[in-house]
Amino acid sequence: MSEPLMQLRNVSKSFGSVRVIEDVSVAIHPGQVTVLLGENGAGKSTLIKMMSGIYQPDSGEIIVDGTRVHLPHVKAAERLGIATIHQELNLVPTMTVAQNISLGREPRRFGVVDRKELARIARDAMDRIGMDLDPSANLGDMGVARQQLVEVAKALSLDARILILDEPTAALTGTESAALFAVIDELKARGVGMVFISHHMDEIARVGDSVVVLRDGHAVAEVPAATPEDELVRLMVGRELSEQFPRRPRRRDDEAEEMLCVRGVSTGELVYDVSFSVYRGEVVGIAGLVGAGRTELIRAIAGAEKRTGSVTIAGQDLPAGDVATAVRAGIGHVPEDRKNQGLVLDASITNNIGYATVGSTAKAGMVDRAGQRRRAQDVSAKLRVRMRDIDQHVRDLSGGNQQKVVFARWVAAGSRVLLLDEPTRGVDVGAKVEIYELIKEVTDAGGAVVLVSSELPEVLGMSDRILVMSEGRISGELSTEQATEDSVMALAVSNSRSDASAERAIHTLERETREQA
Amino acid sequence: MNSISAGVSNRRGFDLKNFAANNGALIGLIVLAVIMAVASPAFLSGQNLINIGEQVATIAILAFGMTFVIVAAGIDLSVGSVAALSAMASASMVANWGLPDMLTIVAGLVVGAVTGAVTGVAAAYGKLPAFIASLAMMSVARGLTMVISDGRPVAAPGQMAALGGDLGPVPVPIVVLVIAGLIATFILRFTVAGAYMYAVGGNIEAARLSGIPVKRIVVLVFVLSGAFAGLAGMVTAGRLDSVQPTIGTGAELDAIAAVVIGGASLSGGVGRISGTLVGALVLAVIRNGLNLLNVSPFWQQVVIGVVIAIAVLFDVIRRKNARL
Repeated sequence: MSEPLMQLRNVSKSFGSVRVIEDVSVAIHPGQVTVLLGENGAGKSTLIKMMSGIYQPDSGEIIVDGTRVHLPHVKAAERLGIATIHQELNLVPTMTVAQNISLGREPRRFGVVDRKELARIARDAMDRIGMDLDPSANLGDMGVARQQLVEVAKALSLDARILILDEPTAALTGTESAALFAVIDELKARGVGMVFISHHMDEIARVGDSVVVLRDGHAVAEVPAATPEDELVRLMVGRELSEQFPRRPRRRDDEAEEMLCVRGVSTGELVYDVSFSVYRGEVVGIAGLVGAGRTELIRAIAGAEKRTGSVTIAGQDLPAGDVATAVRAGIGHVPEDRKNQGLVLDASITNNIGYATVGSTAKAGMVDRAGQRRRAQDVSAKLRVRMRDIDQHVRDLSGGNQQKVVFARWVAAGSRVLLLDEPTRGVDVGAKVEIYELIKEVTDAGGAVVLVSSELPEVLGMSDRILVMSEGRISGELSTEQATEDSVMALAVSNSRSDASAERAIHTLERETREQA
Repeated sequence: MNSISAGVSNRRGFDLKNFAANNGALIGLIVLAVIMAVASPAFLSGQNLINIGEQVATIAILAFGMTFVIVAAGIDLSVGSVAALSAMASASMVANWGLPDMLTIVAGLVVGAVTGAVTGVAAAYGKLPAFIASLAMMSVARGLTMVISDGRPVAAPGQMAALGGDLGPVPVPIVVLVIAGLIATFILRFTVAGAYMYAVGGNIEAARLSGIPVKRIVVLVFVLSGAFAGLAGMVTAGRLDSVQPTIGTGAELDAIAAVVIGGASLSGGVGRISGTLVGALVLAVIRNGLNLLNVSPFWQQVVIGVVIAIAVLFDVIRRKNARL
């Protein structure tokens, strides 16, 4: 085997009294992808932060090209050709795509930014990942998936020899991920060494060469990427995970009561004339590409966005754009971006669980503090939220446990209809299974669930029926028997052009005219 | 245990390190007081302490109102002007419209609350940033004060003058300060509205998606800030025995400084009334101590600026450490 580009030898790292990484060794070889596998909190992020100069190991050494190095800051790592794509986007939403890609190293001519060169660099970078975005478009106007791709393009444009990818596919659809993997293959051929983190087990065999499995800060195994998934999961969680998707009694009985009724719902853009119903005990999956309008539909139903058309919960009509009424009627909305939309990160678990109930349980305008605390404790125990204690800030919890706190809010509020938008994004395998169990418990108890997910196996595994959205409309409905990855994708890319798009063009024109008036 | 406010340790028993980390401003205040007491024997005299209490009262009352706004991630630059407008409008109503004297204080509070409501509606429904909405109101309220009074002072009506009087040995401003502080603490710590303020300031989108009426909360914090400003204005007028159209000029910056020294975060979601009181006391003790030591008022401004920067710097460092 070739000389490694980079090695971590016996590194350890503690924060306060908590030992996050203990005696871990990892090697990155040219043209190979080393996968770091582990549950949230296993220490993957800390490990790559030591590689990229954000943290410094307490003990052990970092070796690049056979020489021991010290990486006091990110710039030092970048100078050695180490680039990182972090889980959280490091972009400026108010700047253009091109400006973001060259951020901090803008091409200059006569002391001012060379705009032509800036656009060229951006176009080059995007060509390498097969993306076709307008370099002068504002980044903030794009969805999370596209922003993530810009981040990938940015790191690639750094000509890195060592590329660290921390869950780069978390927000990408299958097609977008495939494009990224093609780029990874190309980089491999050019001798770039990579570190790859993902919660999608199926991606490991696709991109990886070797897998380092982390558990509680220790490297428990190093195995080839071709190792069967079951075996990898067993190594990662330290126990057998029998079945990922819990068995639910499929097929609703015809007597079942209609819980959620959506009729002719449109939003200003992205959602056009959507109608469907969800019955008691049912999980309805909504599949589609990023940008198909799934999130906007969910938000419109939850009252978070303006809409036309009607939404009723168990016969009660919900006014548009009114979250409070929707919550009182029994809607629970788990938004796609838990950190920015779901949680107050610097508030306690008690408070985060209590936001939907603090008003309804109050007496004479006074918070029922003891009651709120007791309920938070009950619900978080039931949902197995792993925490130090209930007054801990949510920021310090792992992704899976943060997501459980959002769920817990609606369990505490007794919500009957849960709208779940990418509920398992960035959540590790163990917590995923627990979230699936939770969905089952909700439907077993007579609730109804709408599940939006970009992970097709999840939609297929959990749903009783699947609605597929394409360009803001429902392009088809599939029963569990009919649904396969292929049949869903076929509907997801079917564009109801012709009449529909003409109608939409008129619609958009009317709206713009109204706004100008 | 205060589970609403952030940064509170939940270990049982007394932990000095934790206490120090969470009450930096209080420790700073004690250190300051000790230094002043050593440097000037007059500092600890009863009369001087009462002076400090009187001086702190108006700034602290303004700052209590400001705490609601800052906890909800807003800012209210209008409080100094609103203080003047409330006192002036109330005094003019008594003098010119025959408003009964006993309604003086109620009228001043109402004027402050209504002014705050206008700012709040502009911020919540008009989508103006709080900074701009309150900056505009700062100018409007000061202008209206001048219009009403024609730029001349007006005699404080009886009730208002009483706010500047004494209750036995204790000046009334100190009594008002204590009552205002208790009310503010009650609202922030025990009411649903208070819990919502922390949620809105912590993450407005998460609050909205949880069904919290975020717009009404934004209006409410400005209403409270306006009413507290009105009270502060009337206390100031009471002490002077007349309503000067210039009272409260620049006071918004003192109020913001007190809140921030007291540990609140300008990005919202964090802050306590007790902290704000300590912040106001820090400012008052520095001013008073430097006066006793005959330091020129010009240098006092320099010192206060440095203290604000240091206080916030410590807070930033503390939070950064807490996060790791």
